[in-house]
Amino acid sequence: MARARPVRWHIGVFLAPAVLVYTALMIVPLFGTLKLSMFNEEGAARVFVGLRNFARLFGDPLWSDAFWNALGNNAWFFLIHMLVQNPIGIALAAVLSTPKLRMAAFYRTAIFIPTILSFVIVGFVWKLILSPIWGIAPGMLDLIGLKGLFAPWLGKEDYALTSLALISVWQFVGIPMMLIYAALLSIPDEVLEAAEMDGITGSAQFWKIKLPLILPAIGIISILTFVGNFNAFDLIYVAQGALAGPDYSTDILGTFLYRTFFGFQLQLGDPYMGSAIAGAMFGIILLGVCIYLFGIQTRLRRYQF
Amino acid sequence: MVFAPTAPAEYNAALNSKLAAGSAGDLITCRPFDASLELYNQGHLADLSALASMANFSSVAKSAWQTDDGAATFCVPMASVIHGFIYNADAFEALGIAVPTTEAEFFAALDKIKADGTYIPMAMGTNDQWEAATMGYNNIGPNYWKGEEGRLALIKGDQKLTDPQWVAPYAALARWKDYLGDGFEAQTYPDSQNLFTLGRAAVYPAGSWEISGFNTQAGFKMGAFPPPVQAAGDTCYISDHTDIAIGMNAKSPNADAAKVFLEWVGSPEFATLYANALPGFFSLNSTPVEMADPLAQEFVSWRGTCQSTIRSTYQILSRGTPNLENETWNASANVIKGTETPEAASARLQEGLALWYDPQK
Repeated sequence: MARARPVRWHIGVFLAPAVLVYTALMIVPLFGTLKLSMFNEEGAARVFVGLRNFARLFGDPLWSDAFWNALGNNAWFFLIHMLVQNPIGIALAAVLSTPKLRMAAFYRTAIFIPTILSFVIVGFVWKLILSPIWGIAPGMLDLIGLKGLFAPWLGKEDYALTSLALISVWQFVGIPMMLIYAALLSIPDEVLEAAEMDGITGSAQFWKIKLPLILPAIGIISILTFVGNFNAFDLIYVAQGALAGPDYSTDILGTFLYRTFFGFQLQLGDPYMGSAIAGAMFGIILLGVCIYLFGIQTRLRRYQF
Repeated sequence: MVFAPTAPAEYNAALNSKLAAGSAGDLITCRPFDASLELYNQGHLADLSALASMANFSSVAKSAWQTDDGAATFCVPMASVIHGFIYNADAFEALGIAVPTTEAEFFAALDKIKADGTYIPMAMGTNDQWEAATMGYNNIGPNYWKGEEGRLALIKGDQKLTDPQWVAPYAALARWKDYLGDGFEAQTYPDSQNLFTLGRAAVYPAGSWEISGFNTQAGFKMGAFPPPVQAAGDTCYISDHTDIAIGMNAKSPNADAAKVFLEWVGSPEFATLYANALPGFFSLNSTPVEMADPLAQEFVSWRGTCQSTIRSTYQILSRGTPNLENETWNASANVIKGTETPEAASARLQEGLALWYDPQK
């Protein structure tokens, strides 16, 4: 007769610190915020209003115009990252992983360094670089005879958001590069040798052998980019302020949330509508992650070596 | 006493959070009007009406930190700031420009500076937006809407933001575009300050708080003139904005000590010290204060020749959503950039105000 398995206390003990810290710092505030979004002030009392804050956010043009504007801007911000940051990151990783490249460690470090810089530094430095008054951008364009192409990008409605997205790409391109680089290195040599035996080398090898093998890593990067972009706030706030000028053209969900929740200048903070926006952001991110997890990740073929 | 400042743009958010969490200090600097009134209504600021030194302030001086009925005053007024234009006197002399008093002379002077080409006529950018509203619209506006007369009529609902006297300042702002530096759309507030103090720009739409900074930075002679009037001989109006006060945390454990300090803040002794240490922040104390700084003297002299008013959006009108002050920043910046016409901007602001403010419905 088999003995009853002893209770494995150590599992609970080892999990406890992470679970407790994560619960206290993330889960409790998350539910607190969701709860707050169901309340509002009537007179001086806090009353339960159900989903009316959300109805206002999506239905009242006063709120919905700003919300859709922020969501649209956020989508564009994400699209630029997907179209520029991730392909460049993959390309850089592919180049870095070629054995013939010399000083690979140097390039890897140099490209990764902006990622560890603070948003405040990045925002401030790029604002200076692009400044029409003191910046080096107009001068450098002048040197190659393209001064006519210079515009005060951060101050123009048409360009400001794209410029900021590209600055963010510059800052974070190191992350997809590192992850893909690691995935490329983990491809076993036998697979590549077998490919070479079959005459698949060079770029054909990348497209036909390596890319399919790193697709799961690309998927992870996409979802990290999605979550990061829809939670973004710092760079816009540092570069353009809480009003996300010019004319709200760089307003993303994060800045919209900040303005609403904490207030700005004479505008008093509205924690209830602010929580509703935070709730909507949570919903959007949750939806995106679910689509990825159930719609895409389960269909990705994985290879075990 | 420990002074723990936060950045201006974060002050309200930080203060509100700290008060709500019970970690704010004993003494709290008060923004004017609703931001502080709300703190008083929430019970965060103590009623200071009983302080003896409150008698040293006129009712106008106290209005920014009182309940709407004037029954309770919750902050001791410290200073107001006056708007106008600071100019590079050396540049004006070199170009033979007289200080403009009317709008026509003002634009003629800017044209002359532009034609000469040595200086950027005016140092202002729209990147940070607030300068366009504060040093633009609310600087030149009082001359059009006749100061307090227009401001109070707007609050009562007798005038609308679409009335000519409220649209005209936007029309004037729209003309500023041609006189600002290259790439002003991305020019920030510190950029503008530096352009002026480095002697690259001739005129700076200013608030008097700039005086002490400019005195140490600028290597040339400066002068100041009030916002130009439409026709020679018109009464001039200036924005003499009650801007800063200091109050007491209602939950302060050191209330008695704080009150002693606040009594001193309300005394003529403090007023003299403060006004001279920070030229450009003008005491609201009824006792006249002697100031040594010539630029500060110039600014404060307009109190004698012009009618004083405060910024149009501050009292009552920025209580709702959309927030009129924020919208005014946005509209003023748009108008200067030329992306919105003065009429469209005014119509948008009026529409937003009418959404929640009953007298304007």
